[in-house]
Amino acid sequence: MRWLLLKDLRILRRSPLMVALLVIYPIVIAVLIGFALSRGPDKPKVAFYSGLSVSASTIELGGHNLNLADEEGALFRDIDVVPVDSRAAVIEKVRDGEVLAGIVIPEDLASNLQSTLESGKLQVFYNTEDPAKQAYVENTIEAQVKAANAALTTRIAQEALDLLNLIGDGGVYHFLGQDFNVLGLKRAESILTDTRATLPAGSEKREQLGEVIDFTELARDNLSFSDEVLNVVGEPIKVSARSLDGGRTSLDDFAVALAASVSLMFITLQLAAGMLASEKEENAFPRLVRGLVSHTGLLAEKAGLAAVCSTAVCLLMLIGLGLFVDLEWSRFALWVVALAGGALAFAALGLAIGTLTREVRAASLLAFMLSLPLAFLALVPSGAVAPALYDVIRAVSAVFPFKPTLDALDAALNDAGGLGGAMLHLAALVLVFGALSRLALRRFAA
Amino acid sequence: METLTTTLAARDLVKRYGERLALRGVSLSAGRGELVAVIGPNGAGKTTLLSILAGIQRPDEGMISVEPERIGWVPQQASLYGKLTVEENLMLFARLERTPDPKATVERMLELTDLRNRSGDQVGTLSGGNRQRVNIAIGLLARPEVLLLDEPSTGLDPRQRERLWEFILRLAGEGTTVVYATHHIPEADRYADQLIVLADGERVFDGSPRELEQATGTTGLDFEQAFVEYLRQRGH
Ligand SMILES: Nc1ncnc2c1ncn2[C@@H]1O[C@H](COP(=O)(O)OP(=O)(O)O)[C@@H](O)[C@H]1O
Ligand SMILES: [Mg+2]
Repeated sequence: MRWLLLKDLRILRRSPLMVALLVIYPIVIAVLIGFALSRGPDKPKVAFYSGLSVSASTIELGGHNLNLADEEGALFRDIDVVPVDSRAAVIEKVRDGEVLAGIVIPEDLASNLQSTLESGKLQVFYNTEDPAKQAYVENTIEAQVKAANAALTTRIAQEALDLLNLIGDGGVYHFLGQDFNVLGLKRAESILTDTRATLPAGSEKREQLGEVIDFTELARDNLSFSDEVLNVVGEPIKVSARSLDGGRTSLDDFAVALAASVSLMFITLQLAAGMLASEKEENAFPRLVRGLVSHTGLLAEKAGLAAVCSTAVCLLMLIGLGLFVDLEWSRFALWVVALAGGALAFAALGLAIGTLTREVRAASLLAFMLSLPLAFLALVPSGAVAPALYDVIRAVSAVFPFKPTLDALDAALNDAGGLGGAMLHLAALVLVFGALSRLALRRFAA
Repeated sequence: METLTTTLAARDLVKRYGERLALRGVSLSAGRGELVAVIGPNGAGKTTLLSILAGIQRPDEGMISVEPERIGWVPQQASLYGKLTVEENLMLFARLERTPDPKATVERMLELTDLRNRSGDQVGTLSGGNRQRVNIAIGLLARPEVLLLDEPSTGLDPRQRERLWEFILRLAGEGTTVVYATHHIPEADRYADQLIVLADGERVFDGSPRELEQATGTTGLDFEQAFVEYLRQRGH
């Protein structure tokens, strides 16, 4: 088997064009997919529940009414809003994958804002099954919250300014339908100054009044809100986000895992299917299995060859990517484990393709044709299709190695969790496709 | 023939492919250094017979006297790696065969096949004749007592054919039993001690070329005509 392996490596070395294509093509595809991912998809679906009643959505600030409902409009320009009627319903829809995210405006948002001592808290829930879309929804919501904040800030600042003027200069203050006459620090100071003049010089009362006048002067000069209040003015609405499903992986990190999975798939499938079919095409198969190599040994040799070569190439690719993207090098051993697991599963699938087609060109065409749909199936985001169809897609993805490889690599690279489960899934696929190939090899020579 | 010790004997071989009977109880025996030609039209069962003798396929019925390990097999289509050189192909199979001294064995085969000056050429660049010689050399690596050749001269020009037969005759002269399939009748006439005629999986004749001529009663016609006549008389 060792000699057969060396033979295959030698043949690969003598086919530089094929090897170059085999390495460069998947990497180009991987990079293109990375680019495609970073462009946001159209209007993701977001569940929305507002705890504000119509009256409660109005905040009264300094006698002016601010309607939060107007600000909501701006929040959802770029999102396909699915209105629901409770916070629990939002969470359920996110969990089921019907929507990519959910937003909850709590009942006390308006009152909190009005008290001006605490920011209003907007709650956002994400379905993190699809980091690509999650990143987009996250960005969209963040941008919209910023815009709403800016609008609120301007208005609150205006109110604050008016209040400051009122306290300083005095005037009429409208509150709860009533008019209050506000004296103002400026007039208070002049009244006090006039009063002081009527008191005898050196009297105790006159001295005390002087202190009060100094204070009003100081207060007028230094009128400002407390830090807390200013903080609220700076950011009236805060977002508290929670992930409901899977790990949390940023788009960049996810794209790295995806690129590695795609490359691993292409290289391994092509190598395993092509090299096995070539034994048949070169008519060597009957001679080999005539006591020189066992059927299982031959399959193991091809799978090992394909898995080792593709793992090495993809590891090099990750190291190369590590120069541009922040990767966690401390998890290097886990990268190797995930790559090797994925490679073996793809190799087993490649063997099945090779034994069924029994011809190099047909094998590589089938491997190629199978690759892209598998990758795209695994990437169809929840919420993009009807829930029933999504379940079918999930089931199909589970039968092929791409999705578990992606999960394993995401777990290994990004600490997204679930490496063990993904590896078990891959091991099961190795057994299934391995057994299938072994069976199909019986009619390989015919 | 009766003076030769029997090296290879097969009895009542039956092979079915589903409903189809590819071999209907074929027997064969060959002595040391004997040249046996298995002739018959396409689809007669020649390849099936040889691959069963080689141990590639199992017969449904019947028995064979020799272990496949002692039989060299040269398939109809050269089973060689086009991207490897002549020497690398020989070396690979010598190692897979676990021959005691692969280097010396390869040297011997290069000598025997007269391919020393092409040993560094990739097999894919060789002519059909040279490729067939490498193919045969691989069948000989394990120094088999019996060599099976399936249509060895197909696709060769007359000169290559001539050289191939020189080579095979030399092997037989050195004591190797050679069983070859062919549908090229004059070749069988010239290079066989024993003829086995297959038609539709049935052995319809076993004997020397002269005996076949006598059996057809067509002495004087050329051999190919005699053969066709013989099959016609038996309803094939
Ligand atoms: N693997 C197979 N499956 C089914 N039928 C086969 C197979 N191999 C050969 N046959 C059939 O068996 C018969 C004998 O074939 P073969 O031994 O190749 O004939 P020959 O070598 O004399 O041309 C033919 O009818 C052929 O179609
Ligand atoms: Mg044949």
